[in-house]
Amino acid sequence: MSLTLEQVQRIAHLARIEISETEARTTQSHLNGIFQLIEQMQAVDTHGIEPMAHAQDLSQRLRDDAVTEEDRRVAYQAVAPETEAGLYLVPKVIE
Amino acid sequence: MINASLKQLSQALAAKQISSVELTQLFLDRIERLNPTLNAFVTVDPEKSLNSARLADARIAASSAGPLTGIPIAQKDIFCAEGWRTTCGSKMLANFISPYDATVIRKMEAEAGLVSLGKTNMDEFAMGSSNETSFFGPVHNPWDNARVPGGSSGGSAAAVAARLAPAATGTDTGGSIRQPAALCNLTGLKPTYGVVSRYGMIAFASSLDQGGPMAASAEDCALLLNTMAGFDERDSTSLDRPLEDYARDLEKPLNGLRIGLPKEFFGEGCDAEVMAAVRVAIAEYEKLGATTVELSLPNSHLSVPAYYVIAPAEASSNLSRFDGVRYGFRADDYGNLDDMYLKSRAQGFGAEVKRRILIGTYVLSHGYYDAYYLQAQRIRRLIADDFVEAFKQCDVIMGPTSPSTAFRLGEKAADPVQMYLSDIYTIAVNLAGLPGMSVPCGFAGGLPVGLQLIGNYFDEARLLNVAHRYQQATDWHSRRPEGMA
Repeated sequence: MSLTLEQVQRIAHLARIEISETEARTTQSHLNGIFQLIEQMQAVDTHGIEPMAHAQDLSQRLRDDAVTEEDRRVAYQAVAPETEAGLYLVPKVIE
Repeated sequence: MINASLKQLSQALAAKQISSVELTQLFLDRIERLNPTLNAFVTVDPEKSLNSARLADARIAASSAGPLTGIPIAQKDIFCAEGWRTTCGSKMLANFISPYDATVIRKMEAEAGLVSLGKTNMDEFAMGSSNETSFFGPVHNPWDNARVPGGSSGGSAAAVAARLAPAATGTDTGGSIRQPAALCNLTGLKPTYGVVSRYGMIAFASSLDQGGPMAASAEDCALLLNTMAGFDERDSTSLDRPLEDYARDLEKPLNGLRIGLPKEFFGEGCDAEVMAAVRVAIAEYEKLGATTVELSLPNSHLSVPAYYVIAPAEASSNLSRFDGVRYGFRADDYGNLDDMYLKSRAQGFGAEVKRRILIGTYVLSHGYYDAYYLQAQRIRRLIADDFVEAFKQCDVIMGPTSPSTAFRLGEKAADPVQMYLSDIYTIAVNLAGLPGMSVPCGFAGGLPVGLQLIGNYFDEARLLNVAHRYQQATDWHSRRPEGMA
């Protein structure tokens, strides 16, 4: 398997990372090297093997539906790039 | 005091031979003097540290101190600590002052009374094996300043090796505690997945990430793990188990210990001098009463390929939170919202982090999920099952931690695949979720060599016992680099 330049650019867009054509070319060669390593997996017959998502096969814990956190909006918004009146500011989405 | 064990420091504090403030100042002075050479710390805040030390001294005076109260420690900059800049080695978080404490920080500081000396340098978002991907520049190995300390917990490793701190925290997703411990002559422990809370530990690959101690000895690691481990409601994968004293079995004799030697860890691909040191260490274990059994982990050669699908997949999801909206870096100039995301992430992440996000995005994308992600998860099962079989024949598995000693700065930086292969012996342990350690076992060309110990699930106390008895019989772990006085 080998990724084309267009594929690299499309993946970068899916990941929301702007990429120049020069960067895309370098990335393409790095990624293809890495995928060559990854391709070793394809030779293995894993038919009937249950995928392992996690080290401990546990189900998610449930807790009571109760308020456990205090309101710390001011502290959390103090680290935001831009806020106003308790809201996070972003460029206008709807014209 | 600089080279004292945690137990000795604890006794000195209890006997009022030294105060926590004095001890903290001693290490802060060393950091000020030696850190410009090593770049092991990215943030120090002496006033904050000395305040914690004063609180610790008050606890000692009031006889409400725990065994480690007042002892200074370095914290890997992946752990959020309230009021401290917490960068994770990234431009993305270069100005992030955490509004809350990670559970590990809360347990160590507020509960155990340890004093944070500062935050240590690391590969960006813990993605790297050399500490060269840090936005804050590489860390230099105290054993040879032209070489890497390993990664991703490279700052923690260099700090403890040069005695800028008595001990440190690290995290290990594919070897990030064990490999730098090996390259810097430290003892490091990655616990069983789920033993140490991940709350407030900035996520890389959530099904693999695990925090643990890095120190000069197994005994120090045991005492530290006692303060770090425990169930945490705030971590959905934290295990609800009874608390343990990880130091309880340290002195147990090793008679009858069965050591498993996987043939895959003793084949090609490992530096000959490293392998020779490992074999001498195993012979030492035989003198201590252990027996060895050869076994096989037939799928271990697939651990690096499977890891480089699973870890990037989880990373691409975890790192989607860095969008320039709620915290972290936002680009200066942008057009619409999409452009803000694109530019903030392009400028905020470094090259290795971007590569892994792209790999993860690709393997999770439509049409490729089965061939890559599911296949990797199936192979993960095969790798974990190999260990289940192996532990039917032995109590602990041994081999090299890393295929080489510390490499030169820049030596592998241009070739990601070469860098990835430096974790060839450590990654399978994370995929299976097992506990693993690295223990100093000699030198090759003047550089430290690490012996890896792998235990069965929840066998931390035994691993620490196995490491401690070896350290009673050898002195590799007490060797210190020159020029760091």
